[in-house]
Amino acid sequence: MENANITAYDRARAARGSGRPSAGGYMKMLTENFLELHGDRRFGDDPAIVSGIGYIGSKAVTVIAMERGDTIEDRMRRKFGCPTPEGYRKALRLMKEAEKFKRPVVCFIGSSGAYPGIEAEERGQGEAIAENLYEMMTLKTPVISVVVGEGGSGGALALGVANNVVMLENAIYSVISPEACATILWKDSSKAPDAAEALKFTAENLYKFGVIEKVIAETERTTEDIAAELKDYIVNQIELREKMTEEELLDERYNKFRKIGSK
Amino acid sequence: MNFKNIFGFLKKDNEEERICKKCGQVIKYSLLFENDMICPSCNTYMRMGALERIAKITDDGTFSESDGELVSENIIDFPEYEEKLEKAKKASGLNEGVVCGTAEIHGSKCALFVMDSNFMMGSMGSVVGEKITRLFEMATKEKLPVIGFTTSGGARMQEGIISLMQMAKVSGAVKRHSDGGNLYITVLTDPTTGGVTASFAMLGDIIISEPNALVGFAGARVIEQTTGKALPKGFQRAEFMLEHGFIDMIEERGKLKDTISEILVLHKREVS
Repeated sequence: MENANITAYDRARAARGSGRPSAGGYMKMLTENFLELHGDRRFGDDPAIVSGIGYIGSKAVTVIAMERGDTIEDRMRRKFGCPTPEGYRKALRLMKEAEKFKRPVVCFIGSSGAYPGIEAEERGQGEAIAENLYEMMTLKTPVISVVVGEGGSGGALALGVANNVVMLENAIYSVISPEACATILWKDSSKAPDAAEALKFTAENLYKFGVIEKVIAETERTTEDIAAELKDYIVNQIELREKMTEEELLDERYNKFRKIGSK
Repeated sequence: MNFKNIFGFLKKDNEEERICKKCGQVIKYSLLFENDMICPSCNTYMRMGALERIAKITDDGTFSESDGELVSENIIDFPEYEEKLEKAKKASGLNEGVVCGTAEIHGSKCALFVMDSNFMMGSMGSVVGEKITRLFEMATKEKLPVIGFTTSGGARMQEGIISLMQMAKVSGAVKRHSDGGNLYITVLTDPTTGGVTASFAMLGDIIISEPNALVGFAGARVIEQTTGKALPKGFQRAEFMLEHGFIDMIEERGKLKDTISEILVLHKREVS
């Protein structure tokens, strides 16, 4: 890929930057007639996850996105796009609904991860993420996930058990933040750039590892161009899976993850 | 290796002394092992290694290990990973952070995985994920219940994204095992956190925890720093998880085998 002189930490900064659209922003750019659906039907409605139904191209879809928010007040309210258990449970509720009505699911990922809070733990953050991984694996409808910003650990994966995962060039997807990694390894968070290199979390690396299926170039392109390519790609991926049997669809998803780190 | 006699391996007559970190009591290993690795003077649960656990939970001579030869490689070329792996092997006496196999518990056959915190804090890399996935796939085919003892700091950062993906891989194998109508019991032990809590630890049909085990997703310090709030007493302990509805029961270490056996017997099906 071009721009070999861009460091991994530059990518991390770009992925987090407020200069680029949020995951929710991309979702709204791609989705026509978007109708937002709220709430997990159990406890609350998490504004860090924006979800609903609409059309991507000619396809009726269920869309689920992390939303970091706009103004400072909005960002506080949305916890900078870090979901609580209610967010993951809302996402799963909508995925199950999509399965019922045979709508493909498209997830947009972009936040530092699941929210680390007292209430989030009290209401089962770990259980909520686990349940999503478990249920998404056998969801009987195509699932496409897009990493547009920072894909932060288990909180990102909870929207990422898909048939096909696509990443923007400057997005990152990592088991741990470079700052936390540097703190644990070298007791020095200022060594985050070194940790960023070591973690190999860029889209280019993930493509090489077979963790994602597609990288969409961003350099010297407008947001509109990127969104247009992403839209074509998603529609095409949905069409490929409409031709599959249910068994083929589920085997494809299972085997995608099954082969990662297999011996 | 198929170690038929774990007691031999653990040297039951071991005179080596251990110190209880809580009360400072010095205890002979053989006495401590006899007492389920619980301090006889202050009742503190010391962390158990995988082999000690297998010796306590399974019927003598019934454990047969699977995939014990699998070892981790430095797949993303992470700094100092090889050295850490070597140290972990010495500290734990194991090839990796989980031991898998089949065994009998009071005569009931089951598949078993036991994580070991002496191996890089029980962190989950690709070999841990692969071994547990293979165990679930075998158990699905053989229609065996799975018993899993968890202890882990979470996904292993030295394998980057490959570690993270093990959460999805194992959870998928657990789902297929469950869809086959098979039983999965998890036993949470101190500490079970991060990516292991957020995947197969929380997916048991029945979730048991040892008393006072730390069980949670996010690290306590991260939560304090993010929220600026003091954490409530007993936060993320087994009793807290029970109170909030996320585990079925807390069981004392000495009663675990009997309790697991009862659950296994209750779920026995006629094999046609």
